Amino acid sequence: MATKIKVKVNGKTYSHEVEPRTLLVQYLRDVLGLTGTHVGCDTSNCGACTILVDGKAVKSCTMLAVQAHGSEVKTIEGMADNGALHPLQEGFREEHGLQCGFCTPGMIMASADLLSRNSNPSEQEIREALEGNFCRCTGYHNIVKSVQHAAKKINQKEKVAS
Amino acid sequence: MIPNNFQYHRAASVDDALTLMAKHGMDAKLLAGGHSLLPAMKLRLNQPDVLIDIGHLKELRYIKKEGNELVIGAGATHDDIAHSQMARETFSMLSEAADLIGDVQVRNKGTLGGSLAHADPAADWPAVMIAAHANIEVKGPQGTRTVAADDFFTGFFSTALADNEIITAIRIPEPPKGTNSSYQKFMQPASRFAIVGCAASITMNGRLCSKVSVAFTGLSDAAFRASNIEAALFEKMPTEENITAAVQKAGEGVMAMSDHFASEEYRLHLARVFAKRALMAAAK
Repeated sequence: MATKIKVKVNGKTYSHEVEPRTLLVQYLRDVLGLTGTHVGCDTSNCGACTILVDGKAVKSCTMLAVQAHGSEVKTIEGMADNGALHPLQEGFREEHGLQCGFCTPGMIMASADLLSRNSNPSEQEIREALEGNFCRCTGYHNIVKSVQHAAKKINQKEKVAS
Repeated sequence: MIPNNFQYHRAASVDDALTLMAKHGMDAKLLAGGHSLLPAMKLRLNQPDVLIDIGHLKELRYIKKEGNELVIGAGATHDDIAHSQMARETFSMLSEAADLIGDVQVRNKGTLGGSLAHADPAADWPAVMIAAHANIEVKGPQGTRTVAADDFFTGFFSTALADNEIITAIRIPEPPKGTNSSYQKFMQPASRFAIVGCAASITMNGRLCSKVSVAFTGLSDAAFRASNIEAALFEKMPTEENITAAVQKAGEGVMAMSDHFASEEYRLHLARVFAKRALMAAAK
């Protein structure tokens, strides 16, 4: 029995009939073709599938697509603005915050949740906010620097704007 | 991993969910944040025929003061509680425990009511709720009743909740002035569940403890109150010496769990260590 859902993803509204057991990450990848969200462990440990649902970071492998009905979803594909990289994306590039890149979309989305709550996090706060995201390449060192880079950039922008 | 197929119902309200539960009986499971149920379903540890979704219900998601009680809606997420000034002011162990659950993403979805209903023997909330003398409000076809947290956790993944009831709220009596509390746990590094967790609260009257509450999780098949430690500190000064002596009683008469993370002996050792840490922090 398919269930009808309506979800806003990266600013665009979609209506689909889905099998209730469809995971949100499958819906994003297989139905919408947004393959930037990765499936790592599939057991809500590694955080590779992290996206924002109504502004909060969640692991999309541990959420059903039907649970997202009526919600606003943001994935890594929705971070750049008209081709201009989001400060977090830029930070990860500038500070070499990735090697294989598999965990990066989840890292960036979890960091986006952090920066939306705390625009000037300490190193400790960044590390705590990323506890739910595993990286097996970088040793996290440059990931922390990447988030700091983004925070600085966002704060500078806000200063200029005001 | 994809769960087994099931019928999905999005409840329009708590009452609608109760009607759906009455209709589907034992075949149905409630879905709130889904952070205990969905992993179990993906592993085929649980294969319900029907899911009744209450995760989006705003009527269950709040934190408020009502008379001399802090009332937390069953649908409040761990993150809601971690960031609630009201919760922190009532019992700091509420915010401390919320902050130690899983990770940010898990805290954003997982709910207090869901955790209590699931009653994982290693979950953090049951110990905190027992130490806080919380009352758990449940609604069924017959109306609403409250169950003291002390009586709620009946065993391994078992509670006093009937099959046709929903947890709607958690009522925490405002502690007397001079109360301080803490939650301390030794966590499994991957799951971040408690291998042993201890929630402790101390109310001071002058230099003596006029009320002591201590509860453990992770130690045995269900969270429980350590009445022996409470009695050992009652009307005593909460000095390191007295606390050290009192926590020697941790786990007395309890069948401690043993698994590949921690043996029975090691768990009992951890119980003494973490009870001491929680009590020392609450004594400050």
